[in-house]
Amino acid sequence: QLEAADGGLDSAELAAKLGVDHQVVVGAVKSLQALGEVIEAELRSTKRWELTAEGEEIAQEGSHEARVFHSIPQEGLAQSELMRLPSGKVGFSKAMSNKWIRVDKSAADGPRVFRVVDTVDDEVQRRLQLVQGGQAEKLGEKERSELKKRKLLTEVTLKTYWVSKGNAFSTSISKQETELSPEMISSGSWRDRPFKPYNFLAHGVLPDGGHLHPLLKVRTQFRQIFLEMGFTEMPTDNFIESSFWNFDALFQPQQHPARDQHDTFFLRDPAEALQLPMDYVHRVKRTHSHGGYGSQGYKYTWKLEEARKNLLRTHTTSASARALYRLAQKKPFAPAKYFSIDRVFRNETLDATHLAEFHQIEGVVADHGLTLGHLMGVLREFFTKLGITQLRFKPAYNPYTEPSMEVFSYHQGLKKWVEVGNSGLFRPEMLLPMGLPENVSVIAWGLSLERPTMIKYGINNIRELVGHKVNLQMVYDSPLCRLDAEPGPPRTQGAA
Amino acid sequence: MPTVSVKRDLLFQALGRNYTDEEFDELCFEFGLELDEITSEKEIISKEQGNEKAEGASDVVLYKIDVPANRYDLLCLEGLVRGLKVFKERIKPPVYKRVMPNGEIQKLIITEETAKIRPFAVAAVLRNIKFTKDRYDSFIELQEKLHQNICRKRALVAIGTHDLDTLSGPFTYTAKRPSDIKFKPLNKTKEYTACELMNIYKTDNHLKHYLHIIENKPLYPVIYDSNGVILSMPPIINGNHSKITVNTKNVFIECTGTDFTKAKIVLDVIVTMFSEYCENQFTVEAAEVVFPNGKSYTFPELAYRKEIVRADLINKKVGIRETPENIAKLLTRMYLKSEVIGDGNQIEIEIPPTRADVIHACDIVEDAAIAYGYNNIQMMLPKTYTIANQFPLNKLTELLRHDMAAAGFTEALTFALCSQEDIADKLGLDISATKAVHISNPKTAEFQVARTTLLPGLLKTIAANRKMPLPLKLFEISDIVVKDSSRDVGARNYRHLCAVYYNKNPGFEIIHGLLDRIMQLLNVPPGEKKGGYVIKASEGPAFFPGRCAEIFARGQSIGKLGVLHPDVITKFELTMPCSSLEINIEPFL
Repeated sequence: QLEAADGGLDSAELAAKLGVDHQVVVGAVKSLQALGEVIEAELRSTKRWELTAEGEEIAQEGSHEARVFHSIPQEGLAQSELMRLPSGKVGFSKAMSNKWIRVDKSAADGPRVFRVVDTVDDEVQRRLQLVQGGQAEKLGEKERSELKKRKLLTEVTLKTYWVSKGNAFSTSISKQETELSPEMISSGSWRDRPFKPYNFLAHGVLPDGGHLHPLLKVRTQFRQIFLEMGFTEMPTDNFIESSFWNFDALFQPQQHPARDQHDTFFLRDPAEALQLPMDYVHRVKRTHSHGGYGSQGYKYTWKLEEARKNLLRTHTTSASARALYRLAQKKPFAPAKYFSIDRVFRNETLDATHLAEFHQIEGVVADHGLTLGHLMGVLREFFTKLGITQLRFKPAYNPYTEPSMEVFSYHQGLKKWVEVGNSGLFRPEMLLPMGLPENVSVIAWGLSLERPTMIKYGINNIRELVGHKVNLQMVYDSPLCRLDAEPGPPRTQGAA
Repeated sequence: MPTVSVKRDLLFQALGRNYTDEEFDELCFEFGLELDEITSEKEIISKEQGNEKAEGASDVVLYKIDVPANRYDLLCLEGLVRGLKVFKERIKPPVYKRVMPNGEIQKLIITEETAKIRPFAVAAVLRNIKFTKDRYDSFIELQEKLHQNICRKRALVAIGTHDLDTLSGPFTYTAKRPSDIKFKPLNKTKEYTACELMNIYKTDNHLKHYLHIIENKPLYPVIYDSNGVILSMPPIINGNHSKITVNTKNVFIECTGTDFTKAKIVLDVIVTMFSEYCENQFTVEAAEVVFPNGKSYTFPELAYRKEIVRADLINKKVGIRETPENIAKLLTRMYLKSEVIGDGNQIEIEIPPTRADVIHACDIVEDAAIAYGYNNIQMMLPKTYTIANQFPLNKLTELLRHDMAAAGFTEALTFALCSQEDIADKLGLDISATKAVHISNPKTAEFQVARTTLLPGLLKTIAANRKMPLPLKLFEISDIVVKDSSRDVGARNYRHLCAVYYNKNPGFEIIHGLLDRIMQLLNVPPGEKKGGYVIKASEGPAFFPGRCAEIFARGQSIGKLGVLHPDVITKFELTMPCSSLEINIEPFL
């Protein structure tokens, strides 16, 4: 197709020479380009005037006004009849403004049009013929733009290639292969074949697999951290709990606001726990109402029916209480480290960061002679594994821990200290009625799973993360959960 | 956590020095308080009701300080200042004294009619008190804070404070039929019967919350003076007659309630805080309360209790090594006057009436640690070696989750609570057939029951994601809850695995294939022998007739799979065919 010209040649001229459409030549140039350095092609663009379809017609048959003029016989023509001619409307007004024709409104059967001059010089046709002949440059700027306004001319940009021989110029070319095939491998033909280069800017095809939920990916990491630290997982597969294990066993008095209908989901059916460990229940009752184990107690009338009330557990500490009670029944005492991550339920007012159910993470260590220093040491290790190293501890109040401390970490983004967890030593009034030895201390801490996850994945509305209103695209796109790695930039996908 | 709002300048004036916001924030943190917000009345009103309403409101800087829920002694400016000044060793903790009056003691006689409704009452007198506008406001505000917190919205205790000079004792605390109680209540100009008042207050934004406490009782509690003047109708409203003002000199305080201990604490807190402004600072005039059984008690108790704690116990619990003398000093800074006694290792600690929160040595340990500074404590790690174990059910769940995702299904995380409709009506079931546990106090229908199946959650997830390209393949492994009388609480969880396939075609073979894959992963062979698995044609209201099978494995039914009934699909606002699978995975542990 391509003749080797010395200096090179223009694709449009070539097309004209070969008598083929320009696009055919462009296609050939592009495929030769793709072969490597067979040819060199430089993109040039030139502007050129062309006639529009209407322009072509006028170049051939004359302008509308001229056609109108010629169609009027000496004796004139009814205006209504003239208007019915193909060029009628446009041609009439142009011919009028050229003063080629006149209208006699007083004629008998309606207005009549007459010639004013004998012959006309059809400038428009002449100019268009010039353009058609490739001599557009002979027209003035003004004349061209007037014709353009009348939509008879258009300016087109022609992209052509200036083609010259490349380094690997050859007149015999072979087609490029797109992919390696088994046949090529067995025949060895791949050695001689040119391969089409890949476009590395294009996106790949995403794999078809399923995806894990981001919150549960974070849960997996927290489990991993606890396991790395030697903590055993507590059973928490009981969403329904009695008030006894959820509150009374934790030395939380029966008038405590958390036991209010406004904060806790109570059950209508089954409304009451069927069995409670009555020996232990009596010790708990005595501690609440009269004290003991070195305590003054709360000095109120403790009611069994209040303790029997079933509810949806408000914290996993109820599961920790069960685990510690079981631990206390084993003699002699063996130190233990426990953890759990599971759902808890609150009858709360819902907003962008609060749902009626969320996941609580809890860690517990029971051992002889544990101190606040131990609690802080364990917390330091735990949070270091989360990538949180700047910690500080604030005195706090929890009904079932004393001393209690809130854990704060310095948030680089917010430039302030934010609460990341709550902790403390369980009160003796909780541990001793269980039967744990007096010199055994139990340190514990808790945090929610949702909060660190929302920070990690840059999610502002908890509903986009938890529950059926989740954005599945967000689930598909969520990265690995690497808690100790630098957090990535906040994602905006959630808004989609 | 209660929040106390104090004027910053007043606070600094009382503390005797100025702080920057950061310095004060730091001091709060150390002491276990939280400087929650720095604002002004103007800012608050403008935030709540718009700028126009805020016009002309005060722009005096307010500190909103979060106070631990058990520190009733820090619920007013007076208490905060006293606590912080003692903490910073600027003053010694004051000693509160109960004194007998020069003349006759004020008497409050409780009649037996109160027994069924609000049996306890305590009282005291603040003599020759000097209020100012700020002090008076603080006095009213403290009562409100106490009502909201320790008093449990007046259910346990209600406080009435009166201008003693307008009354004449002895007082009678009794209970009467509402129609027999008639008086001019606080800030009203005419008399009403109790019945009328209960109606009027139904629309009172503040008082309507307390009406339920006595509303349906035959008798209402009421306190009279010897002339038949009504002091108050607890826990609703005081009488207007004995209303206190900035100019009141002598205050009679009564607290009635259902919890005697808390009533005594509340009275102690009020008198210890505000006896500061009495002519004889920190002294409170006693009042006598005669119970229906004829026994008489003198209040306020203002009891100082002594505890002896060994210094090494405190060191051991905190993880520090301080001398007993130092520990005594630390505790004294926390308002617990302490000294070393006996063998030199014993510390005697005096717990003042303001510190009702101290009920055990562990509370004293905490105060020592706070005064030492939590962040000064040396961190260490427990030395005991422990072997970690996973909870087997969670271990299996974790393993399965990953392989479900590898099988091309995406994990959903749906709510454990839902409406009855979700688990029954929409699946063509009657709620009684579900064995679901029912919640007694749901705020909305979304929290009527705990789910008995994971399927509704997955279908709702699809409905919320209909814009996503098909097919949608979802799974969830999580707990459902059913009633079970063999469990101590009468209900139990089961760990379920549910998967759905949603596309233009039902794709039963895909869900069936997933079951085969799950069984492969669990090492359960096909066939009924040797504990294998089979599926058998079955029926269920949720499934399209003839497109449902029951799954048997290890000799028991573990769930169902099939093509969902068009009615189910429609009820969950879906439009495409859908097949599903739900099994209990606990038999595979």
